[in-house]
Amino acid sequence: MKKHFHLIFIGVTLLLLTGCKVDRGESINAVGSSAMQPLVEAGGEQYSSQHTGKFINVQGGGSGTGLSQVQAGAVEIGNSDLFAEEKQGIKAKELVDHKVAVVGTVPIANKEVGLDNISMSDLKKVFQGEITNWKDIGGKDLPIVLINRASGSGSRYTFEQWVLDGEESKQSQEQESTGMVRQIVSTTPGAVSYVAFSYVTEEVQPLKIDQIAPTEDNVKQNKWPIWSYEHMYTKGEPKGLTKEFLDYMLSEDVQANIVPQLGYIAVSEMEVERDAHGNLIK
Amino acid sequence: MEHIRESLIKKSKKAKLEQIGKFVSFLCITLIVLVVVAIFYFVASKGLATFFDNGVHLKDFLFGKVWNPSSVDKQGKPLVGALPMIMGSLLVTFLSAIVATPFAIGAAIFMTEISPKLGTKILQPVIELLVGIPSVVYGFIGLSVVVPAVRNVFGGSGFGILSGTFVLFVMILPTVTSMTVDALKSVPRHYREASLALGATRWQTIYKVVLRAATPGIMTAVVFGMSRAFGEALAIQMVIGNAALMPHSLTSPAATLTSILTMGIGNTIMGTLENNVLWSLALILLTMSLLFNILIRWIGKKGEMK
Repeated sequence: MKKHFHLIFIGVTLLLLTGCKVDRGESINAVGSSAMQPLVEAGGEQYSSQHTGKFINVQGGGSGTGLSQVQAGAVEIGNSDLFAEEKQGIKAKELVDHKVAVVGTVPIANKEVGLDNISMSDLKKVFQGEITNWKDIGGKDLPIVLINRASGSGSRYTFEQWVLDGEESKQSQEQESTGMVRQIVSTTPGAVSYVAFSYVTEEVQPLKIDQIAPTEDNVKQNKWPIWSYEHMYTKGEPKGLTKEFLDYMLSEDVQANIVPQLGYIAVSEMEVERDAHGNLIK
Repeated sequence: MEHIRESLIKKSKKAKLEQIGKFVSFLCITLIVLVVVAIFYFVASKGLATFFDNGVHLKDFLFGKVWNPSSVDKQGKPLVGALPMIMGSLLVTFLSAIVATPFAIGAAIFMTEISPKLGTKILQPVIELLVGIPSVVYGFIGLSVVVPAVRNVFGGSGFGILSGTFVLFVMILPTVTSMTVDALKSVPRHYREASLALGATRWQTIYKVVLRAATPGIMTAVVFGMSRAFGEALAIQMVIGNAALMPHSLTSPAATLTSILTMGIGNTIMGTLENNVLWSLALILLTMSLLFNILIRWIGKKGEMK
């Protein structure tokens, strides 16, 4: 019997461990966009610390994963950088949109290119492969190395929509994450790419567009056009803990503290509003 | 009498225990087989959907040169040519195996024939250490050391098949080396003794006897390394540049099956064409690793020492 005791002990322990979360409280899952992950994680942690026994599990996986998982009902909240209408294969009518923040995207270049401003039309030509050397637009004699995000990623979609007028960028190097993009741009001579405002550091050269600087104020007034919403989608109207958490994410507590701290812009501060097709509606 | 008879007919405690043991181990093996079958079924059903549900021709998929699944060409066919990635994967795999094999054989000869003491004391642990390094570390070193070096020496942006080859070379070297060592060690001692007794020099013995006898084992080692290189995703993704373009030089950005797969899977929606073609890429990967396995078995059977 002594031998069996060990087995029983292990079994009971395992059962207890797996049972932990179910027994002690409620939890919901928020899955999707990795660009939004820090925001939702910070919000979720703060929410859990204020509400004992309620847990928010946050996972990445990409906007596509978030939208398809929430549509399938596998998770309660799907995080996305895109409007659900913009993604093929998603039935947007079944989903309810909750815009929690705005994020601006800025073109960045390697420090050696000798430019800090570029016109919108030149930027488009650069990403479509019509301009291949920095000297043609007033920079140093360096070949341009294009670096894109993976196709289907939110940042790339936003950039192509507002800079390339919805046309596709030239086939080029692609990177999976913003961090990798910044690392590669900072070390590769002549490299150019685009990242969210919060990822701009000393290592790279952010580019002004038509002399307009990539600042939060310019985004709020839509002078800087390359920005997008961060969405949290639910299937149907949210209920219970999901609703409580979404209300919390939109509360002053999060919008005035966590959102700006992490480099996002609160939706309430925007002076303009866009619909799913990029038209201004305010 | 009765007592003895009963104990002979009835199963003993030990026999029962053995039966239970057999049952448990059978359960384990069934579980493994089930998992393998399930994975195959899942990947195949998703991967074949590209051809059956979305109506893509196998020819367009395997030999098409333009990869852009979200858009269509002039005739309205989706652009799902996987040839750039297939070429990229095969090129880095073969190139890294070609570079790694001489080093592996050299190191193995040193460890088994020339200086077994030094080999087991120093080289063996070093190689085992190399095996244990996570691939993201190789990738990061590749990104911060190999890519700039390639850029400075060969020009271009540094991202491409050449950088990928260097990183994979280091990654598969320990696998190939340690398997080659095993192959050389399994050559019977009397082969060497006979050769030396006939007056052959040490080099002649190594080159004409030991290496010849160990050829099947060395081949297995190389194929094993290749299958590892073919399936590697993380490190190669960091240095190859991930551009789904036909590789026209070793220093231009290219892509492998694995790098496109890991980049795209989170950004696509289950059930759409964009997602299904990624599963088709996964199916190619799975088929290739199956082929590598069959090849290893075949070499093993052919080259069995009789």
